[in-house]
Amino acid sequence: MIEDIRSIISDHARLPVDVGTLAIDADLYQAGMTSHASVNVMLALEDRFDIEFPDRMLKRSVFESIASIAEALRELQVSAAA
Amino acid sequence: MAARVGIDLVSVEAVRQSLSEHGEHYLRRVYSEREVRDCTTPSGADPERLAARFAAKEATLKVLRPADVGIPWFTIEVVRRPEGWVALELAGAAAELASQAGITELALSISHEGGFATAVVVATCASETRDQGR
Repeated sequence: MIEDIRSIISDHARLPVDVGTLAIDADLYQAGMTSHASVNVMLALEDRFDIEFPDRMLKRSVFESIASIAEALRELQVSAAA
Repeated sequence: MAARVGIDLVSVEAVRQSLSEHGEHYLRRVYSEREVRDCTTPSGADPERLAARFAAKEATLKVLRPADVGIPWFTIEVVRRPEGWVALELAGAAAELASQAGITELALSISHEGGFATAVVVATCASETRDQGR
């Protein structure tokens, strides 16, 4: 999952840094991700993992790092499996 | 009486790319049906108008100061008045946050030029009840 997220960030977050060098808890906004780019990341994650982020997750903290995105995806996958 | 100001700048090219890569998915998750109608020309969705609306949504988030509350973008809506100017209408969590903050009025101005769109939002607050913004 982490590598899938990293790949999506690389393709859609428009970061001026090499995503492969980012720690999983690195702040993506601090790394240069704009609010609009975070939308692209969200849309690509929804397509890749066949999920839809609920309204309560549409906040900065969910998309601020690879780790926070992974945590949200795991929660959604557990909910979908229940 | 207090005031809050938010400003944002969006690349029109970034919106054009989102339309190209995500199409309807992008429009449905970010804009209201009315906004999509207002931004549709005979040749399709206009990235300049959409970029101005996205900037307005982000500028509004800056005055709402949501901290850790989820706010869907489409609950912050730019509406075009018959007289020609634009205004903001909030729904759901965005409206709730504005109410909690004591915001009694929102004023919006948008513009686009040279590949960028910008928006400025001024909020008038009856009282400053929250101070958790960035």
